[in-house]
Amino acid sequence: MTSADLTLALPEILLALFAIAALLGGVYTGKDRSAPLILWLTVGFMLFLAVLVGATSGEARPVFGGLMVDDYFSRFARILILISGAMVLLMGQGYMQRNDLLRFEYPVLVALATVGMMVMVSAADLITLYMGLELQSLALYILAAFRRDSARSTEAGLKYFVLGALASGLLLYGASLVYGYAGTTQLAGIASVIEAGQLPLGLLMGLAFMLAGLAFKVSAVPFHMWTPDVYQGAPTAVTAFFATAPKVAAMALLARVLHDGFGAAPGDWSQIIAFLAVASVFVGAIGALLQTDIKRLMAYSSISHMGFALIGLAAGTAAGVQATLLYMAIYVVMSVGVFAFILSMRRDGRQVARIDDLHMLSTAQPLSALALLVLMFSLAGLPPLVGFWAKFSVLAAAVNAGMVWLAVAGVIASVIGAFYYLRIVYYMYFGEEREALDRDIGPVERVLLVASAAVMVLGVINLFGIDGAAALAAQALVR
Amino acid sequence: MSVADYAFYLFAVTIIAAAFLVVTARNPVHSVLWLILCFLSAAGLFVLLGAEFLAMLLLIVYVGAVAVLFLFVVMMLDVDFAALKAEMARYFPLASLIGLVILMQLALLYGAWTQAEGAPGLRQAVTPDLAEVENTRALGLILYDQYFLLFQMSGLILLVAMIGAIVLTLRHRTYVKRQDVLAQMYRDPAKAMELKDVKPGQGL
Repeated sequence: MTSADLTLALPEILLALFAIAALLGGVYTGKDRSAPLILWLTVGFMLFLAVLVGATSGEARPVFGGLMVDDYFSRFARILILISGAMVLLMGQGYMQRNDLLRFEYPVLVALATVGMMVMVSAADLITLYMGLELQSLALYILAAFRRDSARSTEAGLKYFVLGALASGLLLYGASLVYGYAGTTQLAGIASVIEAGQLPLGLLMGLAFMLAGLAFKVSAVPFHMWTPDVYQGAPTAVTAFFATAPKVAAMALLARVLHDGFGAAPGDWSQIIAFLAVASVFVGAIGALLQTDIKRLMAYSSISHMGFALIGLAAGTAAGVQATLLYMAIYVVMSVGVFAFILSMRRDGRQVARIDDLHMLSTAQPLSALALLVLMFSLAGLPPLVGFWAKFSVLAAAVNAGMVWLAVAGVIASVIGAFYYLRIVYYMYFGEEREALDRDIGPVERVLLVASAAVMVLGVINLFGIDGAAALAAQALVR
Repeated sequence: MSVADYAFYLFAVTIIAAAFLVVTARNPVHSVLWLILCFLSAAGLFVLLGAEFLAMLLLIVYVGAVAVLFLFVVMMLDVDFAALKAEMARYFPLASLIGLVILMQLALLYGAWTQAEGAPGLRQAVTPDLAEVENTRALGLILYDQYFLLFQMSGLILLVAMIGAIVLTLRHRTYVKRQDVLAQMYRDPAKAMELKDVKPGQGL
């Protein structure tokens, strides 16, 4: 441990210290009365850290003797996680306050989960990876059960906890097999014992178990069962958090393990990833068809989108990783926009979340309806919106890697999935006359909703340069 | 076979048998007791490996603290384990099939198990030479120096667990009467009680 290590891990250390300071501050001052202040401070601090991470540059450097690594890939993922976490925290404030859930532990737990995620994406060692994952997951379990007086929320927390613990167990078992074969937990060390081409049996089994554990975290089919229940049961602000930063972290972690540790034999794992991807896009698309609750719908939608992101990984190339990163960035922006709207869905001051409640939104709130229309089209992947380019890039990566069937499956699932996004648009513009939703959307929610819709339209020009950053990140990972 | 080999098989068989009984025992308290036997045998295996410090930790932490906490929880919770078991019996055929398949795959893996040529070297590279330092010191060197980051992270994880336990269970009750020692000491008889002379046949 040297001062260089501490400097490179500074963002994580600062955020952890901030969380502890905020916790102490909350306990010794106003308790829950100081919650809004702590929340705003956390948001500001996370944005500051995003700038701090963005300001560093340079080639990959090992941190703490190879436990972590600081490279373009980890910086890209960390910035995405920090910004999306801050946005979700910000837009959830009104919701948490209205439902009497804004306790000062909420921003602290989000900050600690973010520390875990930042460690996850820069992990270069199986133990670090596991530690980061557990720190993140444990905070998320608590957040899912945050509305402790609601049976649904408690159930969501408990279900997530039990299944998450099982997934962690599988991951650990896989990691122990990998260690048994390779004799080291460092990803670089594992890569060094693989002769090009084929994985030995021990590593293959270990990798299969690890992939099962990680697939649970990105909610890929067949490890997706928890997603709809947890999304529905958790408080909406927490659901919005689940749909964004942790997904980025888990996907980045998956890419990191596959390419840093097992990059020498992409043929062996790409079929597992391809299976997960195809199953996810189809189950996500078909499962969402019959949903009536918009949070459940978003859960299936996220399963399907994770499938698309996995298609990029299945390609096993730098272009594939770049496409996956781009996809995750765009997906996060779309999710933030949609959840900003769901958070403000109220009727007579009471929170609602049914798709039926959206009938004729266009007459009651023309601007919100228009923004939501753009987001739904983008989620469905209609050209020329940014969502289309996200899908296009992963499918192109799959085709270029010679997996045409995978791309074809993705296109078919995308067509099926378009139905339920368009159904929402249909309800909003051509639905029946019903009692309208409340018009008083909070300023933060409104700004984020409109901004994310604007990004979907304006981003078509040059994707705001994210493309180049993703390419740089992918090149740092795939050598 | 040397004595150490006999001891290994004794402990290994005991662990597997005890673990099996943990799952199948009807009475949850018995399950916990079998679990303790499991931990004890695992501690025995650690001693055989020359990791006496870990063996003692296992005894103190798991048997001494965790298992006892388990017992408390099992005894205090009013859970109908028979009903839970009946629920489980429905899925038993499918679950046992999946278990069997995984077991067979692992058996295949065991048959073909090798390790990388460089693996023993890589394993050795992390640990200090055990001929020079005893293993408590070796653990300390690794834990507090090389793996300092991980040590701190586990601290953070425990902090999250603590916050979680408080967030999810603590309720501030306003109707509870709490003892206020100062208020008790400052009470004086003149203010605390009043003598009334009640005449016969009349109330107050």
